[in-house]
Amino acid sequence: MPDLEIELICKQIRRHIVRMVYEAKSGHIGGSMSAVEIMTVLYSEFLNHDSERPDWPDRDRFIMSKGHATPVQYAVLSQFGYIPEDELKTFRQLGTRLQGHSVLGKPPGVENSAGSLGMGLSFGLGQRLGLRLKGSGANVFVLMGDGEHNEGQIWEAAMAASHHKVSNLIGLIDLNGIQNDDFTEKTLNTNSLANKYRAFGWQVRDDIDGHDVASVREAFLWAQSTAIEGPVALQFNTVKGKGVSFMENNPAFHGAPPSDDQFKQAMTELS
Amino acid sequence: MINVPDEAATREALGPGLLKAAERSEIVVVDADLGKSTTARLIADQYPERFITFGIAEQNMASAAAGIATTGFTVIASTFAVFAEHAFDQWRMSVAQPNLDVKLFASHGGVSSGEDGASAQSVEDVGVFSSLVNFTVCVPADVVEAEAMVAAAVDNYGPWYVRLGRAKVPTIYENGSSFQVGKADTLREGNDVSIVACGLMVDRALQAAELLSDDGIKARVINMSTIRPLDTATLFKAASETGAIVVAEEHLVHSGLGALCAQALASKNPVPMEFVGIQNRYGESGKWFEILELLGLTVEGITDATRRVLSRK
Repeated sequence: MPDLEIELICKQIRRHIVRMVYEAKSGHIGGSMSAVEIMTVLYSEFLNHDSERPDWPDRDRFIMSKGHATPVQYAVLSQFGYIPEDELKTFRQLGTRLQGHSVLGKPPGVENSAGSLGMGLSFGLGQRLGLRLKGSGANVFVLMGDGEHNEGQIWEAAMAASHHKVSNLIGLIDLNGIQNDDFTEKTLNTNSLANKYRAFGWQVRDDIDGHDVASVREAFLWAQSTAIEGPVALQFNTVKGKGVSFMENNPAFHGAPPSDDQFKQAMTELS
Repeated sequence: MINVPDEAATREALGPGLLKAAERSEIVVVDADLGKSTTARLIADQYPERFITFGIAEQNMASAAAGIATTGFTVIASTFAVFAEHAFDQWRMSVAQPNLDVKLFASHGGVSSGEDGASAQSVEDVGVFSSLVNFTVCVPADVVEAEAMVAAAVDNYGPWYVRLGRAKVPTIYENGSSFQVGKADTLREGNDVSIVACGLMVDRALQAAELLSDDGIKARVINMSTIRPLDTATLFKAASETGAIVVAEEHLVHSGLGALCAQALASKNPVPMEFVGIQNRYGESGKWFEILELLGLTVEGITDATRRVLSRK
């Protein structure tokens, strides 16, 4: 897909994210905005999926480990045919399929339940182990936050993935530098996640501009060919709140909705 | 069927049960470096690709088990009961909420790890896993019932928690006896009082009933080996026909079988109840039967409780 077309889709997804959180008066904008290019390029060009057959056994899996980033997940699922666009209005409302944090199967296309952080890589690892036993080479992509790497379970999974020589497992790190309370380096400095993954026996790329479509595409191409040998991690260097000036790099927009004025300004910037 | 000795630990049923299940079902067994102790590792010789160890990492094991289950396998996880609790939120969010087909067989349940002391003794595991929606929770009375539970767990969809023990306890059931999930087994008839028990307390309840019969007290003994879903029909029938109930379990009284029975009865047919179990404390080092003695989980404990409840009828 031409870069320009993907960039237009990304802008549309960002508008959905801001609107969903504004209308719900709650939700996680910052960590959704930082993952827009990662998810859009993945679903456009790399994830082997079919919204008409969400249970197709040989499909690639996308696991949302940072389960609070549902606004970007639902907006992307809408863009790629899993949810009617109109349904995005129901985000976080009573009776919706679109809960605040990911729920497996709601809607079809959501592959795991998340919200408690740190479990997605284990879940994806299990899926790859199961797929391997079934003789399937389907890829499993797991999107994680950088703050999420505070959780020890991720490192249990990282260790097991290389021990069991698990191929076609691709960890995606959205390195936006901010977690719930503050910047990650002030909260719990994870230092170099890339070096940690290398030490755990993974193949790693950490030179990716997570908002540059060409850079993201090139990283996925590399991952696809490299993951045949064993687990791969892609560290996407991103900006929390990307796309709206006053949200960018601002810890206040991890989990807070915009005011009326902020909403108007954000939509103007994203027009 | 395994050769059934007079005494055996319920954990001894796991490996043989899994070997049989593997012949007819697509199962994967996951482990956290305790496969020899739980006996689950028996499967590795015959089905090496179906046995996956995650090392000493129960959280990863639980979430990965859930991931494997999404690809069409029935997954059996095993570890010790206390270490199963280590991954509570993983069992909650990765397994229980999406209702995935993962069975957790936890050995060394209750105080059966004896000499290892308080940290190794799960006095709360049944309550912990009974608190999870979608989980079936079972405690077998002996090795025969335990092996039947392995088969039932594999044949019934959904998350299960089964507590197994390390202690060699008397075998109650005959070789090849069946187990039906959610159905209690009345082992002895009687209309004066009902003793509802699970696990190793079932044999003690039978011994207590025998002693009580010497005094002319006819006690019904019910093996309530499925804790959730509770067989309320059998429970309500016992309450209405015998008018008094004693619950006996190797577990904290405030969160186990007794508490669940009391809750069910309170809304339907409240009768006097007594509870033989662990009273708001942890265990300590000693031989498992010495600890049961210390905690009052004895035949005498059950006969005393029975006399107390009869005085309140």
